[in-house]
Amino acid sequence: MTPIIRSNSVLAFFVFQICLIFFASTLPYSSGSEDSYSITGRVKIPPSNVIGHTAKFSNVKVILNGGKKITFLRPDGYFTFHKVPAGTHLIEVSAMGYFFSPVRVDVSARHRGKVQATLTETRRSLTELVLEPLREEQYYEIREPFNIMSIVKSPMGLMVGFMVVVVFLMPKLMENIDPEEMKQAQEEMRRQGVPSLTSLFPASR
Amino acid sequence: MAMAIRVFLLLLIFLSSAIVSFSLYEDQVGLMDWHQRYIGKVKHAVFHTQKTGRKRVIVSTEENVVASLDLRLGEIFWRHVLGTKDAIDGVDIALGKYVITLSSEGTTLRAWNLPDGQMVWETSLHSAQHSKSLLSVPTNLKVDKDYPIIVFGGGYLHAVSAIDGEVLWKKDFTEEGFEIQRVLQPPGSSIIYVLGFLNSSEAVVYQIDSKSGEVVAQKSMVFPGGFSGEISSVSNDKVVVLDSTRSILVTIGFLDGDISFQKTQISDIVEDSGKAEILSPLLSNMLAVKVNKRTIFVRVGGEGKLEVVDSLSDEIAMSDSLPVADDQEAFASVHHEGSKIHLMVKLVNDLDTVLLRESIQMDQHRGRVHKVFINNYIRTDRTNGFRALIVMEDHSLLLLQQGAIVWSREEGLASVTDVTTVELPVAKDGVSVAKVEHTLLEWLKGHMLKLKGSLLLASPEEVVAIQELRLKSSGKNKLTRDHNGFRKLILALTRAGKLFALHTGDGRIVWSMLLNSPSKSEACERPNGINLYQWQVPHHHAMDKNPSVLVVGRCGSDSSAPGVLSFVDVYTGKELSSSDIGHSVVQVMPLPFTDSTEQRLHLIADTDGHVHLYPKTSEALSIFQREFQNVYWYTVGADDGIIRGHAMKSSCSGETADEYCFSTRELWTVVFPSESEKIISTLTRKPNEVVHTQAKVNTDQDLLYKYVSKNLLFVATVSPKGAGEIGSVTPEESSLVVYLIDTITGRILHRLSHQGCQGPVHAVFSENWVVYHYFNLRAHKYEVTVVEIYDQSRAENKNVWKLILGKHNLTAPITSYSRPEVLTKSQSYFFAQSVKTIAVTSTTKGITSKQLLIGTIGDQILALDKRFVDPRRTLNPSQAEKEEGIIPLTDSLPIIPQSYVTHSLKVEGLRGIVAAPTKLESTTHVFAYGVDLFYTRLAPSKTYDSLTDDFSYALLLITIVALVAAIYITWVLSEKKELSEKWR
Repeated sequence: MTPIIRSNSVLAFFVFQICLIFFASTLPYSSGSEDSYSITGRVKIPPSNVIGHTAKFSNVKVILNGGKKITFLRPDGYFTFHKVPAGTHLIEVSAMGYFFSPVRVDVSARHRGKVQATLTETRRSLTELVLEPLREEQYYEIREPFNIMSIVKSPMGLMVGFMVVVVFLMPKLMENIDPEEMKQAQEEMRRQGVPSLTSLFPASR
Repeated sequence: MAMAIRVFLLLLIFLSSAIVSFSLYEDQVGLMDWHQRYIGKVKHAVFHTQKTGRKRVIVSTEENVVASLDLRLGEIFWRHVLGTKDAIDGVDIALGKYVITLSSEGTTLRAWNLPDGQMVWETSLHSAQHSKSLLSVPTNLKVDKDYPIIVFGGGYLHAVSAIDGEVLWKKDFTEEGFEIQRVLQPPGSSIIYVLGFLNSSEAVVYQIDSKSGEVVAQKSMVFPGGFSGEISSVSNDKVVVLDSTRSILVTIGFLDGDISFQKTQISDIVEDSGKAEILSPLLSNMLAVKVNKRTIFVRVGGEGKLEVVDSLSDEIAMSDSLPVADDQEAFASVHHEGSKIHLMVKLVNDLDTVLLRESIQMDQHRGRVHKVFINNYIRTDRTNGFRALIVMEDHSLLLLQQGAIVWSREEGLASVTDVTTVELPVAKDGVSVAKVEHTLLEWLKGHMLKLKGSLLLASPEEVVAIQELRLKSSGKNKLTRDHNGFRKLILALTRAGKLFALHTGDGRIVWSMLLNSPSKSEACERPNGINLYQWQVPHHHAMDKNPSVLVVGRCGSDSSAPGVLSFVDVYTGKELSSSDIGHSVVQVMPLPFTDSTEQRLHLIADTDGHVHLYPKTSEALSIFQREFQNVYWYTVGADDGIIRGHAMKSSCSGETADEYCFSTRELWTVVFPSESEKIISTLTRKPNEVVHTQAKVNTDQDLLYKYVSKNLLFVATVSPKGAGEIGSVTPEESSLVVYLIDTITGRILHRLSHQGCQGPVHAVFSENWVVYHYFNLRAHKYEVTVVEIYDQSRAENKNVWKLILGKHNLTAPITSYSRPEVLTKSQSYFFAQSVKTIAVTSTTKGITSKQLLIGTIGDQILALDKRFVDPRRTLNPSQAEKEEGIIPLTDSLPIIPQSYVTHSLKVEGLRGIVAAPTKLESTTHVFAYGVDLFYTRLAPSKTYDSLTDDFSYALLLITIVALVAAIYITWVLSEKKELSEKWR
């Protein structure tokens, strides 16, 4: 159809793409009695440094109307749905590691297949059908690096902390008590007999 | 003291109200979960072995998968699962670097990069009618630096550039009744021959210039007998067809554009005549015909003369022919003999020359060979070696080379139809379990390593060691029952009629069994598996018996086809018995009764409105007759929009002498107006679900009683216009109505209508609530609605005095006949993804809070807490409500990436999720199937009843030792002090 200079494949692809977009937007072809159009768009994934998933176009699926049609991305990120009737459609992008908002796409019958797109999650309308992820998805919890606080917060740490408080802070508290009261209390205790640690081990007597 | 309790309680509430999301650390992958990747039953295979480097085979399958497999190991290099309506018609390799697939009845042509599977181009081809489609990639056709691919489909012939997918030319063949049969391209010429039939009686040959698509010449000739459609092209200028009576072979020659017919009676060349069938392989100058179960090889002579060269009595599978050295072609044939299969590679020209003859022991449970694909390679001694890829009846894929099975793939598991879980045998005294466990020292060492790991002090090598230790953790793969019920067998029934038992520990196949037809009749060689039921689960009586399952199969795809029952021992995988039941199977109903050997009673409804009782024993009959009046069932007529309720009437002995057959009467009908409502989804609760408590305490100490009835049916209907896909209706035209219907009385308990909404509806029903997912056309978003149903008749029982004085109706039997006063609460939320299926977790006692398992369109499974779909959520919950765990209302449900239970994996082609309880209350098994299989264990409220895998016993030991040492030291010190005090 169009003369394509093969020596420059990049240029050739551009010409091809432009043709496609041109056709999609202005010259939708019809078949049979029902008009059908093409929706052409592009998925753009920003370069990511997240470990575990690399942005590979070969694993991205573009889904029309909840699975009625599925297409894949070309190396440049473009995709096309062919033979789509006029009406309101829903496009979803499934890519591991990214969350894409579903896109509401209105294909107008009056304007010969003019495409209007709106992100349904953010209600943002798109001038071009370029889909970008709303956010990256991290499927794993990240292990926190070793720190003292995590040990202290653990049940055993709390236990130890409580012991430390009892052992070191209680005597300090005792010091603050009035010495006379202290004496009285001590006497009272002596009358009842002081339970010492050694008494817990009767065998040692 | 009271203060302390209060603080403790507050802490508890705080802990329980914190949103627990299931989440995983990256190093925990594979500890509890496993994932298996499959492709499905192979339809086409193309080898790519010419170049040095990776040898691969490109396959397309019945699950609409195109994949590149490693020919050495059978592993998947890459694969793509196309849409469900995008069936692959043909696959080939073009330019040596692109995989070309033709799909959707010849309307979509795609090219994939051979090494990595990246899609290179995609072309949509024009189509006007349904027709069969052909893909041909000529190897030596070159037009202006371009290599056209010839595609026929939808009545059009297209030439597509292999480089960028551009349509070079197209030719309209949409004339009345014209069907292209073959596209032939003689080597060294730019003319393409297109042969087709007009109205099945006229042969037409077009000669088309491959450069421009212009018709150079056209010839046609009427054949009075008519053709039957099957065709075998034997050479570049000849094809052979059967006439419409299937008794005459017609050789059509179209040399230089002239058409000639030559008729040969099959009875002339073979003694036994009968309906013949042309086998599909492409053999050069040869034809394979199947007559009366015999395969006959017919050589086509130079003048169209037919002569029988060989005839085989056994059923065989054949490959296409393949050029080997010196202009000769070879083909492979495989036939069975006992438990062996024989693979033979012969020359097409000389059937006596057998290039290869191998016998391979084959597992009986793989069935017959369905397809053979061969590929040759040059051995070191310059002779030809062959490798054969065979597809078996159970859909498995095997590579045979040098008389051995190099690798095999159980592709039957890509088409699982039903799943159930069963227990493993109890560990016996004779079986030493201890062998697997480590010695104490090793155990301690392992835990020291773990401790180091958890304190992040481990070196990289130690981290690897820890990971290894965890993955093969002592007992998880044993074949005996464990204390926690983590080890179980997952029984999966596949479309091919094979039953697999998978171990939950690592997903390995413990046993597999191909269903056999009990009668071995002609009509029903291999029944299709439909459903699986627990037949016998001994736990009180008959303890010496092994548990068994019931497999219900059917001979043929029609619902009126006779059914087949098969009983399979779960421990051994042996078929105990099987029977042809002689009636059709529409519905199978497990009854809540078991006989003295703990066999569960089942009712099977047939197409005539009768029900049949199984097992056919007098004991079962007497049990059933006792409960005769209490057995009800219902049928859903999705086509006519009627739901019918039935009850037992009498024994149908009047018509047949079968005393296990019963006739039924219609009790009630619910008719949906066909002009406004169409049933798209029905659902009931799982019969084996456990509900812990009927009461639900509100924040204000109010009590609500859940309406827990097993006889509730959820029905969703849409207006007929809205039954199509999204985008085909306007919001004004479509509405969605859901009903909750009591299946005993037919009473509609609740009706809820959603204006401007449409299906598909995916729902889950558990306890007293239904959650369903549908599409809201006005907002153009998916929505999820929850409906909870409460029993109002018991709402009076709040007064303690009433309870003490016994003036309550709690002990009154629940009956469907009393008119229930129900209260329903519902709430809707947006959901940001399409859904394929929804399930819910289930635990032994039903105490643990539940999670919804949502299979999303991206083939992931999201675990969503039930608390997010609670109708009591409000915008500003009060303090008390917050303490109870009510989440503030948001307009959409959150998708937290960490709560994907499949983490960074995909269950391609997801179709179903099954949850089964473990013995531990907190934990549940989750098994998801589609093209892939995925299993994991979930704890919806975290493992509150057991220590986690990460628990460091070493740390505990060290703490105890340290404490003991501290006690000893302080004791010594205190003794010294006492002594010195006494001296003073």
